[in-house]
Amino acid sequence: MNMMKMTASALAAAALSATAASARDNIQVAGSSTVLPYATIAAEAFAENTDFAAPVVEGGGSSAGLKQFCEGVGESGIDVANASRPMKKAEFEACQANGVTDIMEVRLGYDGIVFASAVSGADFALTPKDVFNALAAEVVVDGAVVANPNTTWNQVNPDLPEQPILAFIPGTKHGTREVFEEKVMIAGCEEAGAQEAFVAAKGEDDGEAACSKVRTDGRSVDIDGDYTETLARLGSSPEGVGVFGLSFYENNTDKLKVATMSGVTPSTETIASGEYPVSRPLFFYVKKQHIGTIPGLKEFASFFVSDPVAGDGSPLANYGLVPDPELPATQAAVDAETTMTAPE
Amino acid sequence: MSDATSAGPRRVGGPAAARTSLLVADARTKRRNAAEARFRAYGVIAIAVAMLALFFLMFTILRDGSGAFWQTYVKIPVAIDAAVVDPKGNRDPSEMDDVLTMSYAGVLQDALARWTADNGVEIEGLKDSDYAGVFSNQARAQLRNMVLQNPELVDQTVEVPVLAASTIDGMFKGRVTEASAAIDKRTSVAQFQLANAMEEKGALATRFNWDFVTQPDASDNRAEAAGLGVAIIGSAYMMLIVLVLSLPIGVATSIYLEEFAPKNKLTDLIEVNISNLAAVPSIVFGILGLAAFINFMGLPRSAPIVGGLVLTLMTLPTIIISTRAALRAVPPSIRDAALGVGASKMQTVFHHVLPLAMPGILTGTIIGLAQALGETAPLLLIGMVAFVTEYPAAPPEGLFEPASALPVQVYNWTQRADSAFFERASGAIIVLLAFLFAMNLVAIILRRRFERRW
Repeated sequence: MNMMKMTASALAAAALSATAASARDNIQVAGSSTVLPYATIAAEAFAENTDFAAPVVEGGGSSAGLKQFCEGVGESGIDVANASRPMKKAEFEACQANGVTDIMEVRLGYDGIVFASAVSGADFALTPKDVFNALAAEVVVDGAVVANPNTTWNQVNPDLPEQPILAFIPGTKHGTREVFEEKVMIAGCEEAGAQEAFVAAKGEDDGEAACSKVRTDGRSVDIDGDYTETLARLGSSPEGVGVFGLSFYENNTDKLKVATMSGVTPSTETIASGEYPVSRPLFFYVKKQHIGTIPGLKEFASFFVSDPVAGDGSPLANYGLVPDPELPATQAAVDAETTMTAPE
Repeated sequence: MSDATSAGPRRVGGPAAARTSLLVADARTKRRNAAEARFRAYGVIAIAVAMLALFFLMFTILRDGSGAFWQTYVKIPVAIDAAVVDPKGNRDPSEMDDVLTMSYAGVLQDALARWTADNGVEIEGLKDSDYAGVFSNQARAQLRNMVLQNPELVDQTVEVPVLAASTIDGMFKGRVTEASAAIDKRTSVAQFQLANAMEEKGALATRFNWDFVTQPDASDNRAEAAGLGVAIIGSAYMMLIVLVLSLPIGVATSIYLEEFAPKNKLTDLIEVNISNLAAVPSIVFGILGLAAFINFMGLPRSAPIVGGLVLTLMTLPTIIISTRAALRAVPPSIRDAALGVGASKMQTVFHHVLPLAMPGILTGTIIGLAQALGETAPLLLIGMVAFVTEYPAAPPEGLFEPASALPVQVYNWTQRADSAFFERASGAIIVLLAFLFAMNLVAIILRRRFERRW
């Protein structure tokens, strides 16, 4: 009898308290794992310096974050989505269809993507062309398209060290992979003049796709986890080269040696000036319809891109964010609550 | 026709049989004995491998994680410069509120530069950033809170212990050496020497770190300040919900199925489904939780109530299966005797069967709870794998406020760039293991004390 009573009362209590759940007073953020550290730093500083509740920040990836963001308006949904790439047209349309019509797109800065090897290993001075010739599935040798025959770096470029090609690159689910393909592989493909050969051999569409195709014979390894996994893989195979975010490298300079790209050493300065080519903008998206309902949402957005947080010498810059030279324009847009238009 | 009768020493008669002594083992016996010895050896090897794996696991976790329980603090006189913290000079906390934490970095930097000069510490190549880098980013927030609560402190000199940066802390834990400091961008050889000089003069001290189990999580550039406080509370709330919901529901289900339900196709189907439910991957419960509790019922994200409900669903089959086994282990003679003296079916169950089955039920429940405590996957989808820095309130309101969980904290910390988080992740594993160990110990004690054998 006791059991029955207990069960009944427990269920009743759960049901009652469920209906009594009060309005949410904390901001909910989710999305890109690249933006996650910046968002946590900003959220922590926001809670310290204002009277608002500390925002709750989740990772999960850009696509997952934007999907959640576009599920609808209301307290059970997130307020801010972080993304390491701009919102796609399909995502924008999904948002509109679900009633998320007013979206503020905020660019908080830039992130560099670097190649690094174990600190005990050889120095690498890479160019996109070298990376393409080392890691592409097919390359052009004497005008003919052949499966990649290169096995050591010095076969690709005599100036590179004589060690076997082994690269750990982000898996296809990462936003970093797209940047890697676009800014390194395709750029290298054009530099090597392979694109015309591919197009000639396979037709327009397949030829262009072949540029970003990575070899699958085990010399290029997809890492689906995060950068800590890539670092661990470099620890067990010190001859490998890994792809990292600049901030991750900056926090692990005692374990990693960075490779130059076309002679430029990656740093927040060279990326800000545009000399270092492999970088991408980072964004967060704010549900404007939640401003006014969720306390502190607009204040958080302005705080995130304010000079002491995201400018030069700020905590975000110290962590590895490349400050946006156009930050004042972004700040003005946030203050005016400018909403975005449909992406191309 | 067994081996023993056909060839053993006890064989009697038969003209061809050679006489054998019982004292001398023949070839066949030797083979059998050898097979038995081998079998025993396999068993011993299996145990040894398991023990070795366990030992290796425990050893690496303790080696990597014990450092998290010690933390380095800086204690030097800090002059609170009115020009920085109260530019308007009104000593009004609401105006001083406008000065952000980042500004307090300069106060700390100047304090250390002055301390270095006053104590005659001379190190070549010390830069301003080396001074500032000794302090944790948390130190600024600590100082700012102190000043805002107590505006009289402006223009005074205070001497309170503040956290040292994770790189400085690493120097006293062997994570950062002079050689690694030389190539590490976040520190420098000069800073390494400065830290050593500070330790010699008593300005740096490493002490036991209660904050690790009481303070909330901290962001990626404050590894030294990160703690498990919110995660422990979140896990405790979820366990509370799991216990309150799954024990009564699980026990009621088991008693009905075991003692009252008729044996027919329907109850068979229910039984099969309970067993199936026990084998469902835990992430599936997370998807269910997202759809049912958050999207349909409108419960908040990242809240222990949702986590608790999801883990309840996951724990129920475990509790039902172990409770039914415990009920079945009560001898039928007890039931027959109770019914024989005129007890009703329900009296029999609640007065005799259930008390005798209780130790088994409690053991099953605790094992189920321990399983739920270590679960991360179902929490991923309901927003509990999150960065939460505020403690939830006391129940019941607190059940609806954002919280984290212990295994989630381990998962989050292993993904962060600063290697100090690796140490903290291992430290969190130690805390989690300690909880699991304590729960299993309670289960064993309950079983030992109350179990009856027939």
